[in-house]
Amino acid sequence: MSARVYIPGDAGATSVGADAVAQAIAREASRAGGALELIRNGSRGAYWLEPLVEVATPGGRIAYGPVTAADVPGLFAADFLKGGQHPLLLGPTDGIPWLAGQQRLTFERVGIVDPASVADYVKHGGYQGLKQALSMAGSAVVQTITTSGLRGRGGAAFPTGIKWKTVLDQSAAQKYVTCNADEGDSGTFSDRMLMEGDPFALIEGMTIAGIAVGANQGYIYLRAEYPHAHRALKTAIAAAYQAHYLGSDVAGSGKHFDLEVRLGAGAYICGEETSMLESLEGKRGEVRVRPPLPAIKGLFGQPTIVNNVVTLASVPWILAHGAEAYANFGTGKSRGTLPIQLAGNIRRGGLVERAFGLTLRELLYDYGGGSASGRPIRAVQIGGPLGAYVPPSQFDIAVDYEALSAVGALLGHGGIVVFDDTVDMARMARYAMEFCAIESCGKCTPCRIGSTRGVEVIDRILEGTDGERNIRLLEELCETMVQGSLCGLGGMAPFPVQSALKHFREDFRARTRQ
Amino acid sequence: MRTGLYKASRGEQTYTADLIMQTLNPGDTATVRRIVSELKGRPGPLLEVLHAVQSALGYVPAGAVPLVAEGLNLSRAEVHGVVTFYHYFRHTPPGAHTVSLCQAEACQSRGAEALADHARRRLGVDFHATTADGRFTLEPIYCLGNCACSPAAMIDGRLHGRVTPERFDALIAEQS
Repeated sequence: MSARVYIPGDAGATSVGADAVAQAIAREASRAGGALELIRNGSRGAYWLEPLVEVATPGGRIAYGPVTAADVPGLFAADFLKGGQHPLLLGPTDGIPWLAGQQRLTFERVGIVDPASVADYVKHGGYQGLKQALSMAGSAVVQTITTSGLRGRGGAAFPTGIKWKTVLDQSAAQKYVTCNADEGDSGTFSDRMLMEGDPFALIEGMTIAGIAVGANQGYIYLRAEYPHAHRALKTAIAAAYQAHYLGSDVAGSGKHFDLEVRLGAGAYICGEETSMLESLEGKRGEVRVRPPLPAIKGLFGQPTIVNNVVTLASVPWILAHGAEAYANFGTGKSRGTLPIQLAGNIRRGGLVERAFGLTLRELLYDYGGGSASGRPIRAVQIGGPLGAYVPPSQFDIAVDYEALSAVGALLGHGGIVVFDDTVDMARMARYAMEFCAIESCGKCTPCRIGSTRGVEVIDRILEGTDGERNIRLLEELCETMVQGSLCGLGGMAPFPVQSALKHFREDFRARTRQ
Repeated sequence: MRTGLYKASRGEQTYTADLIMQTLNPGDTATVRRIVSELKGRPGPLLEVLHAVQSALGYVPAGAVPLVAEGLNLSRAEVHGVVTFYHYFRHTPPGAHTVSLCQAEACQSRGAEALADHARRRLGVDFHATTADGRFTLEPIYCLGNCACSPAAMIDGRLHGRVTPERFDALIAEQS
């Protein structure tokens, strides 16, 4: 039996040298003359341990990390293919405390399976949800999703089942399922990890959605900044067609579902669902006025499901295990699990999937181990560039939709960006306005003009021109943008500014020029 | 925000009058025509066409706009509007290597601004510009999804994480 080694092909792992490690291991193995099966899996999400190399042993998978190409001869000398002792040995992968404490449902296969293999997907429980869905009426599938309590993981947290029911209830010759894979929020990478590490989960989720509501065409709108994910999706979609899980006879059911990937072109606003639909139609990504809702009049004017990657990839698990099993995780109206992403200045950054309800402090210190720089954490931004900055006095808050919104923060797509005490919060506030100015679609005035004026006002504050008066002006401007913008970009870009003013006002002072 | 003024103030390239007057050479014209005829039957094909043009030519030349408009039965204004809306589409040819540095929050928390300053000095150009020898184009980018390995950079579609100034120099030296 040849030895089997797993080295992530995930973009994050390759960004810190996984390809070089894979080449070194292949080279060393051929020199030693032993047969080696090398699998490029997704990442387990423990990025501080990447590149994380795993070997299959009779007692399960054993991990080494972080491995560099230079470590490889030493690993062979230590007989790592049999789990030998080495300073980089981490023991059984499933026993690494950071991973062992997680509750992985949506990410149950990420980092474990070969993302290019339908057979491996099926072997690890894949397509059980579709099988279940095919034995049910569409309305029963939709009811299952409603009962599970699943809410949109892209950020808006709208109940998924209600959205699906709206599409189901429309009579139209053509309906669509679209996946919003325009994961543009800084601090988030769960969509990317899922698409690279377990793309069939997304494909299966979209197939279930299509069959449930009567849509035979799906589109994944993927951001152009994700070339690795693009390759992984194209490979997986081709494999799913080959195995007849996509096409005119899905899994022998006679049902029809086609799926393709469309690339975005570097516009953050296209993560807003109506803007995404415009972009899919080949137009400028300008926001549409709602109503009508996309579920009634969406892509090419037809009833359309728009869901995020993680939302759709959670669907197979829910169908396979039942709505109650999913709803048993979580707290209050936040049911199920959330893949949280620990990012920025954090010692142990990566993906933590847990039921809703653990505290920020647990995430930042128990999982994250504090800041990477070793300095005190001063602020975290939750939910991307439109999310509020949260100070340490609020770190005991539970991570769920309602608890965060009660303190004026939002969970968004579940990304948490950590800053140590060297952060200048007035500059971060300025950046929020600048980002909004760069990315505004230009359709509504509060966002298009307000963001540029916001940058200018903050500049005046920092120059020492009428500080107090300009701070009041900035507060009014924020209020205007929140109340008057057409969509969440202009409507939420003030959140980081307002929270910085509220919790870190001392930073909004005149400073001497460098 | 996409007014010409704002782009110009950021140093971004946009279509200027002399660019718009340029016509494509016969080879590029044939390429654009072939792409349009291959893709025009697809639903909402314009973005797909522009991606294919940029993949083939390295950018979307102003001279391609009328060809695309004619082939897809759109107005030139509509095509121009789409090309200029999206940051990803280039209006001028890039350097041999495109270096994109993430400037979003997670990377800022790990020194992205200092890295950008270093990169500007090392390459001798600002963002949105190409080195005089045509080897490198430097671009800002807003999130590469590598936020647990910040700061991140992408060079010709390859992602790099935990990029220190020293590592940046080594990566630049590796580009042939």
